[in-house]
Formats: sequence, structure tokens, C-alpha cells
Amino acid sequence: MGRKILLEHIDLPGIRTFDVYRQSGGYSAAEKALKSMTPDEIVNEVKVSGLRGRGGAGFPTGMKWSFMDKKSGLPRYLICNADESEPGTFKDRFLMDKIPHLLIEGLIISSFALGVNTTYIYVRGEFKYIIGILNQAIREAKEKGFLGKNILNTGFNLEIHVHSGAGAYICGEETAQIESLEGKRGNPRLKPPFPAVKGLYGCPTVVNNVETLAAVVPIINMGGTGYAAFGVGKSTGTKLISACGNINKPGVYEIELGLPVEEFIYSEEYCGGIKNGKKLKAVIPGGSSVPILPAKLMITIESGEPRLMSYESLAKGGFESGTMLGSGGFIVYDEDACIVRNTWNLTRFYHHESCGQCSPCREGTGWMEKVLYRIEHGQGRQKDIELLVSIANKIEGNTICPLGDAAAWPVASAIRHFRHEFEFHVENPEIVKKIYHGNIE
Amino acid sequence: MNSKIDHKQYKKENREIVFSPVLLEKAKRIIARYPGGKEKSALLPLLHIAQEEFDGYLSVDVMDYIAQLLNIQPIEVYEVATFYSQYYLEPVGKYVIEVCHTGPCAICGGEKISEYLQKKLGIKNGETTIDKLFTLKEVECLGACGYAPVMQVNTEFYENLDEKKIDNILEDLRQKANVNKANESKWAEKFF
Repeated sequence: MGRKILLEHIDLPGIRTFDVYRQSGGYSAAEKALKSMTPDEIVNEVKVSGLRGRGGAGFPTGMKWSFMDKKSGLPRYLICNADESEPGTFKDRFLMDKIPHLLIEGLIISSFALGVNTTYIYVRGEFKYIIGILNQAIREAKEKGFLGKNILNTGFNLEIHVHSGAGAYICGEETAQIESLEGKRGNPRLKPPFPAVKGLYGCPTVVNNVETLAAVVPIINMGGTGYAAFGVGKSTGTKLISACGNINKPGVYEIELGLPVEEFIYSEEYCGGIKNGKKLKAVIPGGSSVPILPAKLMITIESGEPRLMSYESLAKGGFESGTMLGSGGFIVYDEDACIVRNTWNLTRFYHHESCGQCSPCREGTGWMEKVLYRIEHGQGRQKDIELLVSIANKIEGNTICPLGDAAAWPVASAIRHFRHEFEFHVENPEIVKKIYHGNIE
Repeated sequence: MNSKIDHKQYKKENREIVFSPVLLEKAKRIIARYPGGKEKSALLPLLHIAQEEFDGYLSVDVMDYIAQLLNIQPIEVYEVATFYSQYYLEPVGKYVIEVCHTGPCAICGGEKISEYLQKKLGIKNGETTIDKLFTLKEVECLGACGYAPVMQVNTEFYENLDEKKIDNILEDLRQKANVNKANESKWAEKFF
């Protein structure tokens, strides 16, 4: 059984409370960091650990932290990105719900390392009950002297505030999140300047995902080198994978990076195989934005070696035959799934969530949705398939933020690997019209 | 995203738009979370509270009140209220049922759940029942894909749905609606 670092104590009754969390060894990393380490030493441990952003981009966290402008004399901010909205992803909700003090402890250490005295947790508007859980955890930590003024008599002050979004996928993008936190529409900003130089209220700001900040706790406990001993190559440590779709055991699993994909899908410890004894057809392994892969390419890379759950192995083969680890939103499709319908569905999502700032994304996502709708509903034309490829190409790389890419990749990859399904739809409109939710009537 | 403000909903009839002293105190505490001069940051949380307080939707006079509270221009409130999908600009039922119909929920039967709700309530997506109890909305990913199909009713999540569960949930909500309003705790008071 894989060793758990983040969720080691998840099954302890009452782990949501300060007392049980503390008894299980909680807040010892915060004590160690604040009492015996300098901020630079903490940043260095995080660099050594090889921790990469767990929200989807996979950018080295220590490096991101080292960009924080500490010379400007302006206040600095840390924003914890809890705007989890990527379809297929529900790991941060799980972590905050079950073990909120792990996040609070991670925030205390990270804020100290970054020289931050005010930290905001930006929670998506739909997770209102999570706001209650976090506020309770913050109150408890404050009562015990881990938050507020002069924490543990070290002279370090920190306030953590929970902020609520209101239903907008785009606010998961860091600069849109900053805009939203300033009380505006969630329109992403042009970079540079990067938030580390000019972020919230024009001040140096770091935005990190919930899981990333929680992972700082074990890194301090076991040291950067100890953390880096887990995983494989540049994919160090563990990752929370939220598994969903047509599997026997959907849920949130902590895996050591490097676990074979096949084991993750079929072992009883994780997904427990495909539901109803069906065959595996395809997987989107990192949240709806990353390329979809057919079963064969998902289990083995082109050379025949097993594909692993790691940043590098999942990306092997580039966009021709690879995909991405992304947020770890692992969506499994069985043999009955209609790839055309699924692609239309996801494109509708991106069209709905486009902020409307950049024309390629604002218009392109709508066009793709319309074209996919007509193919799915038996009104498609042969040239529509090429039209989709062309629109996707024109969106990719031509927008301020990555939502454009995120909308283009699912379409491009679905056509790359499942072109025959699109062609079948176009060539057999009479059959397609009779299909209702995947069943021929 | 919501796209328009219906000016017919400009004013709420017979309703004075002002926070109670308790809510006003709450609003002040929320505003104090942000640095001096950055009070506008409190806009999203305050709109949530105002929406819950004033019949579940944001009429223009409610938005104007929030603008006044934060000392910002009304347009700064309108542009935000029209951007985020959780702010409703038109009257809604006591219970807003948001059914997820995005990818992972869809392959686990989310679309059928939505159809069943439409049949059961006798309304289409986006409509409100005549008794003003239920509004039905198909929404994009609620972030609970492992427990699909899911829906959210006001702040409550309901997961692994099937037709029987829906029958029970609707029945429970109907009964809850009859309970004395004074006993109801508002989520803004509970969570913020």
C-alpha cells in the first residue's frame, strides 16, 4: 500500500478539530519553521523538495516563491487558491473538508517564508459549507496562539481571511483571482508584470493551490530531501488524484508519483476497475482541459513501456500521443461513452466560462460548441471536422490566459484520437439522431 | 454568465432595502478584512449576503444599496453582479436547485437527473414553480465529480442522485418550507 504523506491521518475520528490534529503531530512543522528556521531556509527546503504546483500548471513552487519581490517595501500577500472548478477535480474540497488544519498549518509556514502578514483563502462560491469549516479551523488556531499577533512568541503576525467567489471557473486563474479578490469581474491580467512583483492591490503576491500549500507541512517535517525521496525523477512527492467517471470506486486518492496508470485504474486500492465489467475506452487524467487519451496510449506509452502517474510520463509523446498530469482530475470513460457528445459537453463548459476578454476564446469557444452540437445531433457536415481543428488551432496560444488553450486541447485531442467517431456522426445522421444519452432507441 | 439587468426588477415592492443592525455589523467585520481604501474587495461576500437577505435575488435597488455601503459607483456593482453565475438578477424560488450537467456528471446520468427534475416539478431549466418554492437551473461543474450525479440546493450538496433520492429530497424541502421562518438560520450568519 502506498505511503500517505498528506492524508496519513485522514481517518482519525475528529481530525477536523484542532485538538485531534494537534495530538496526531499537527502544527509541529509550524513550530519547527517559526522557531528554528529563517524564511530563506524554508524557501530553500521547498526548492530542494522539488514540489510543483498542484493546481494544474506544475510550476516549481520554490522557484515561484523566490520571485516574490521582498525589496519593494510594499505589503506582501499570499492567496490560497481554493477556487477548485476544473471538471473532474474535487481533491481540494476533500482536503479542506476533512483536514482543514493541514491547510492552515501550511499557510502559516508559507506566509512566514514569504514575509506575509495577511493571507486570503479564495474559496469558490459553491463551497459555502467549506467556508464555515475553514473559519472554524482559523478560530481554533487563533485561540491556541498559532494565528494572530506574535505567534508562538516569535514576533510573527498573521491573519488568514476566507474570501468567497461567486461562480466563475476563470477565477481559478491566478490573475483573474486577484481581480476578483479586489471586487471586480474575473478578467485575467496580461503578464508581465507577474503577481510576485505586482499582484493584489499592486503589491507582491504569491498565489498557490490548496494542495501545494498543504504539502509544505510534510516538507518541513521530513526536510526537502526526505520529501524528494518520494516519487520519480522531477515528479517528487505524492499527489492527490480525484478519480471519477465510469469506475467502481470514485474518490480522492493520495498516490506516490510514479504509480503505473494501469495499477491506479484497476487495483482495489484505487479506482477498482471499470464499472459494470465494461472495457476502458479513454481517460482524461488531469482535469477536463488536458488532452484525452484512448485506453491503449493511456496504459502504455508508444514504445510499449507502462505509462506512469507522473508529470513526465503522462506528457511523454507530446500532444501526438501524450497528455498532462494537470490538476489530477482523473476522468474515466468506458466503452459506451460517446466521445463526440463528451467533447460537445466540455466545449459548452468552456464557452460558458470564457470571460469574454479575448476574441479568439470568446468567439471560438462558441463556434466550437455550435459545430459540435450539430455534429452530435446529426446535422454535421464532413468539413465541420476540419473546421473544428482550425478553430482550436486559432484559439491556442492566442489568448491572455490559458482558458483558450484549455478549451482547444480537448477538441483537438478528441479529433486526433477518435476521428472515426466524428466521421461516423457526420456520415450517419439518421442513426445519430436516434441515439439518446448513449443508447440507440 | 448572466448577461442582462431587467429594469422591471428595479425596485422590490413594499420592501425597505437596508441591512439590519446585526447584518450591518457583519458587513463591517467583512470589510475590515481588507486594507484601508480597498473596501471594494468586500463586494462579492456582501452581494452573497444581500442576495440571501433580500428574497434571493439582486434587484437594482439592492445593488445600489451595496454600492452606497462600499462607497463605490453603482456600475461597479452591476458589472460584477452580471459576471458571476451565482448572483441572480431575477426573482427565484425559495429553493434554487442547481443540477450539474458537465462532463463527469453527464456520463454518470446527470442529464437524466435534470430531465427527471423538470418532469417532477413541471418546469423547464431556468424556470420557477408557480408556488415560488423551486427554481431549476442546469449549471456547470460543481466540483463534486466523484459523487456524480450531483446537485446543490441553496448551499447544500446532494450527491449520488437517483430518482428515488430526488423524490425524498423534494418532499423534505416542501416540509421544511412550512416550518416557521424564524427558526431558519441563514448561511451568511452561519458561515461568514
